[in-house]
Amino acid sequence: MPERIVIHPVTRIEGHAKISIYVDAGGQVESAQFHVTEFRGFEKICEGRPFHEMPGLMSRVCGICPVSHVIASAKAGDGLLGVDPPPAAVLQRRLLNYAQVLQSHALSFFHLSSPDLLLGLDSPPEKRNIFGLVEKEPDFIRRGIRLRQFGQRVIELAGGKRVHPVWGAPGGVLEPLTKEARDEMAGWVKESIESLQMALGRLKSLLDSLQEEIQYLGNFPSLFLGTVSADGGLEYYDGMIRIVDSEGNVVADRLDPQRYNTFIEEASEEWTFVKFAYYKPLGYPGGKYRVGPLARLNVAQHAGTPLADRELREFQQRSRGAVCESFHYHVARLIEMLHSVERIDELLNDPELLGEDVRARALPNRKEAVGSCEAPRGILFHHYTVDHDGTMRKANLLIATGQNNQAMNMAVEQAAQRFVRPGQLTEGMLNRVEAAIRCFDPCLSCSTHAIGQMPLVIELRDRTGRILDRIERS
Amino acid sequence: MSTKPRLATVWLGGCSGCHMSFLDLDERLIELAGKVDMVASPITDYKGFPHADITLVEGAVANEEHLAHIREVRKKTRTLVSFGDCAITGNVTAMRNAFGVDDVLNRAYRETSAVVVGIPSGNHVVPKLLPRVRPVHEVVHVDYYLPGCPPPADAIWRLVGDLLDGREPVGDVRRFG
Repeated sequence: MPERIVIHPVTRIEGHAKISIYVDAGGQVESAQFHVTEFRGFEKICEGRPFHEMPGLMSRVCGICPVSHVIASAKAGDGLLGVDPPPAAVLQRRLLNYAQVLQSHALSFFHLSSPDLLLGLDSPPEKRNIFGLVEKEPDFIRRGIRLRQFGQRVIELAGGKRVHPVWGAPGGVLEPLTKEARDEMAGWVKESIESLQMALGRLKSLLDSLQEEIQYLGNFPSLFLGTVSADGGLEYYDGMIRIVDSEGNVVADRLDPQRYNTFIEEASEEWTFVKFAYYKPLGYPGGKYRVGPLARLNVAQHAGTPLADRELREFQQRSRGAVCESFHYHVARLIEMLHSVERIDELLNDPELLGEDVRARALPNRKEAVGSCEAPRGILFHHYTVDHDGTMRKANLLIATGQNNQAMNMAVEQAAQRFVRPGQLTEGMLNRVEAAIRCFDPCLSCSTHAIGQMPLVIELRDRTGRILDRIERS
Repeated sequence: MSTKPRLATVWLGGCSGCHMSFLDLDERLIELAGKVDMVASPITDYKGFPHADITLVEGAVANEEHLAHIREVRKKTRTLVSFGDCAITGNVTAMRNAFGVDDVLNRAYRETSAVVVGIPSGNHVVPKLLPRVRPVHEVVHVDYYLPGCPPPADAIWRLVGDLLDGREPVGDVRRFG
């Protein structure tokens, strides 16, 4: 049995997790695992409830991206009713989905990861957080806070609440959007674009000093899976699935999200509450793939908005094939935020957005349906089966973090092997292992469908349990 | 050594929505940074749970780690606030109480998986689920209740402000439910 170092908890991520690092007899890191330690069981607790309740219930899977769950749930509801929502409802859903991407990415980049990037991975941990940035980088962090605020405010203006809005429903949405709400949203666009261009410039200026992290925080070949529009552009609400390999070759294209379970399956392991999704033709664990910002920018041929297109062209030149460095999730996230603001601006200028007709009504016409959308961290599927009267019989949720689970475990192992010296543990070494996880921005409340937080202590023990080395954040 | 009041926030079994509502303080976070030392929170890196003047607890008590953690937090906290409906009633996190733990785990990890290498729960790396999810006040003494799914940012601002200024919180903030 190798010795084991435990990082518990992983901090500044959206959830409750541990990392185990296994050390061989020669004192070298042999392997590592990422454990998610929470569970709530949404796939069971929905049974026996009316499917109309699902957007409200499934929203509670995650307080960070509730809108994504509402949209996937409402789209599954559209399928059960057998209706197409009116155009104004589709535009509202698109608008809030972009707002969701914007606010969630802002949290990941500014609130959680930028302390590592701007203050340094080895900087004192008690200041390596958003409050440390308030002291050292007040303009930068204020802009980040306001970007998140913009996304949250769009959600609040349309749905009445920022977190768990009462808004989406099978067949459409509940209320038309008012002109006043639209005008307030439009007032945020200019500042947001300026802030994002500033942040992109800042991040790119730091990349030269982070070469070792870029190379070793999860840099490996894998498949990438994401949604594209009919002409191969970035798409978040509707579209078909494309899979590319690390060389950038299209492995599968125009896959129907409704038929996700013909090409994606999941595996369960006893050491983590997050399942492992894999591409079915390659089996488990060979069919590992990545989703989310990096994957979306690797599968799309263009963004479809001018500022994001310019950034996307530059981004895709980082590699001859697909961009495989997980660190570049950060860059991809900022490009997606820029794209989201550009799309929000377009939607706010579409007169149909304020349409009064926002909900198609019907009795259930089908017993099974799948709803999907691109959530901030990657594609999300809600698959429901109902009785003849619309009572939920079964639900299956397939969530981004489960789809990135194999890649996150590989990233943790690669970072541990590169940076951790078991005889001389330092806090900065272990922060790099955690930073590998932060690249993926795992939403553990989504994936397990729960969340939590504990203090951090790392212990290196031998097989008898004797402590060989120990480190706390201090 | 700073003499500012020491504020902490903790997540147990919940969706993190209450913490998101805390971040919805937006630029008031900058003001808050001047008023308190944020001694422990999911958005900071910290060592073993420190002594705190005020701790906001999101989420219900759903597994053995939550149980041990909330007992430690209670010992080290002067004023403990049940923060949001899962902490106060169990809410959505407690909906699994209507089913057995085995049924819920089977649905999540056996029926929906093509490959089952193992079922997580209660081994050396992931904690054991409690048979029944419990609200925080069933396990430790709670001083104040801040309801909502999630509580609005304005309600958080008012309660924290009242506690920092030594005013008895008014309105609904002490009401259960």
